[in-house]
Amino acid sequence: MGAAGHPDGGRPRGRLSRRNLFLGGAAAGAGALGATLAQRALPADEPAPPSTPPPHGEQSVAFHGSRQAGVQTPPQAHATLLGIDLDPEVAAEGVRRLLFLLSDDAARLTRGEPALADTEPELARVPARLTVTFGFGPGLVERVDPDAVPDWLTDLPDFEHDDLDPAWGQTDLLLQVCADDPVTVSHAARILLKDTRAFGRLRWSQDGFRRAHGSQPDGTTMRNLMGQVDGTVNPAPGTEDFERLVWGGAGPDWLTGGTSLVLRRIATHLDTWDELDRPAREAVIGRRLSDGAPLTGDSEHDEPDFEAKGDGGLPVIADFAHVRRARTGDPDERMFRRGYNYEDRARGEAGLLFVSFQADPVRQFLPVQRRLDELDLLNQWVTAVGSAVYAVPPGCAEGGFVGQGLLEG
Amino acid sequence: MTHVRTLSLAPLSLTLLLALAACGGTDTAEAPDTAGADGSSAEGGGTGTAADGFSVTDPWIKAATEDDGMTAAFGEIANGTDTDVTVVAAAHEGAETAELHEVVGGGTEGTMREKEDGFLVPAGGTLPLTPGGDHIMLMGLTGDLEPGSETALTLEFADGSTAEFTAPVKEHAGANEEYEGGDGHEDGDQEHEGDDEHGDH
Repeated sequence: MGAAGHPDGGRPRGRLSRRNLFLGGAAAGAGALGATLAQRALPADEPAPPSTPPPHGEQSVAFHGSRQAGVQTPPQAHATLLGIDLDPEVAAEGVRRLLFLLSDDAARLTRGEPALADTEPELARVPARLTVTFGFGPGLVERVDPDAVPDWLTDLPDFEHDDLDPAWGQTDLLLQVCADDPVTVSHAARILLKDTRAFGRLRWSQDGFRRAHGSQPDGTTMRNLMGQVDGTVNPAPGTEDFERLVWGGAGPDWLTGGTSLVLRRIATHLDTWDELDRPAREAVIGRRLSDGAPLTGDSEHDEPDFEAKGDGGLPVIADFAHVRRARTGDPDERMFRRGYNYEDRARGEAGLLFVSFQADPVRQFLPVQRRLDELDLLNQWVTAVGSAVYAVPPGCAEGGFVGQGLLEG
Repeated sequence: MTHVRTLSLAPLSLTLLLALAACGGTDTAEAPDTAGADGSSAEGGGTGTAADGFSVTDPWIKAATEDDGMTAAFGEIANGTDTDVTVVAAAHEGAETAELHEVVGGGTEGTMREKEDGFLVPAGGTLPLTPGGDHIMLMGLTGDLEPGSETALTLEFADGSTAEFTAPVKEHAGANEEYEGGDGHEDGDQEHEGDDEHGDH
């Protein structure tokens, strides 16, 4: 991932060809060069090539860079989150070997190349904007250096409305694997897990999904399985706001250029939610279901008017409404959300894999969660059943590995 | 992860190189550089030694413990010279011996045996060393080869030149072919592998 302010929307991989000239994302200079090369390659009388865009599966997101990909990368359609516990005997040297292997796997696979010793190399040939994002739990950092654990890398407090199951709880290592193709995600997860076998155990695997790639215009705010537009108020990658809120942490040196990830598995009680009619559903959130506009506004991104009163003198956006409770007057109490829907029909469970990135979860996430826990009518239909916090270290250069700063700092 | 280091060590035998590795500790790369050695040899063709044209892409070694006793190394060997070269011997810093092996029989019946004539790498061409194909067998492991570590391998060519490179260690469930004749090896690891997806006949 490149410099700040250039969120990576995916770029064509491989050599320049006529075909991938139609892809955006290449720097202007490279595009011009490609055009020149393409023209030279064509006999003068050959008709212009058909303008069929290449399959989106060819698009790749750089793994190497000062920041890890998969944070400000526009969300891919599919995600698998892998929670791994390290074996008791794994110490710093083992952590280093593990991160070395996983970084090499991720670097190759995100380029659309087979991993080293890949047993299904053909499956690796469709990167589909694959990203692999590493998160370190306190257990991993402590094994390397107990003094290197940032203050905020600790269990979130138990909230009143939580019903946490350790089966979905904090692990030593998180791998967030995202791509626009579910087979790509599956293969990458399999390769990564094969290389963790000698070091630890998979505690959980959580699969998430959004709309399929290309089924909606880019940038459309996702809908959760309750039908709500979810994630309207989100800092935009590339803005000063985003830089400060996500990357502007004052943590230990090894985390410079990193951030934090909060994962909450939020189960939605769709059966009882079904008992609510549309007006009630909209009142619970404070937004219209049709377009996500606040009940006081006309379109999704209108600012809610929390002072507006209705016919009976009551606020249009109720005191218990989710949008009101999620909002604070403190501009620092915000985070960047990048969640996914999940579903486990056999368990009768569906909901949201809430994923947020913020420089400091205690300062930014916790106050908002406290407000929601105290009063949010939505709590009647949603329950957090899993919770974990991870340090997201900076990215690595080619030949390096994620977490190098921690191991060698 | 591919580190290629080419040494021209024509006067040094592999045995000596191993001895150096054994006393020298961690890195055989510190062996004296005898780049001045002349490259004239049967195969050199006057354009340098076989080692001069050697490179390797994506080398790796299957993880194994000292108790397993043996394992194998893989990767793609390239010959950048304009004459065919032959790899005649190999050595690894953590193994008492190394042999050049091929797998014969194919399908699910593949068995491995030593390739007496060595590995021929055509001029300007490559030779893939893969599970189920040609590979370098490491025997008499002197310690565990742990996943994620990097260890040094040395190849010797027919002209006497040698090349050293490092290869990372990776877990791998395959590469379990047995010896031709089925007499197996001391504590062959195959039967202890968790998943026998394939490979074991």
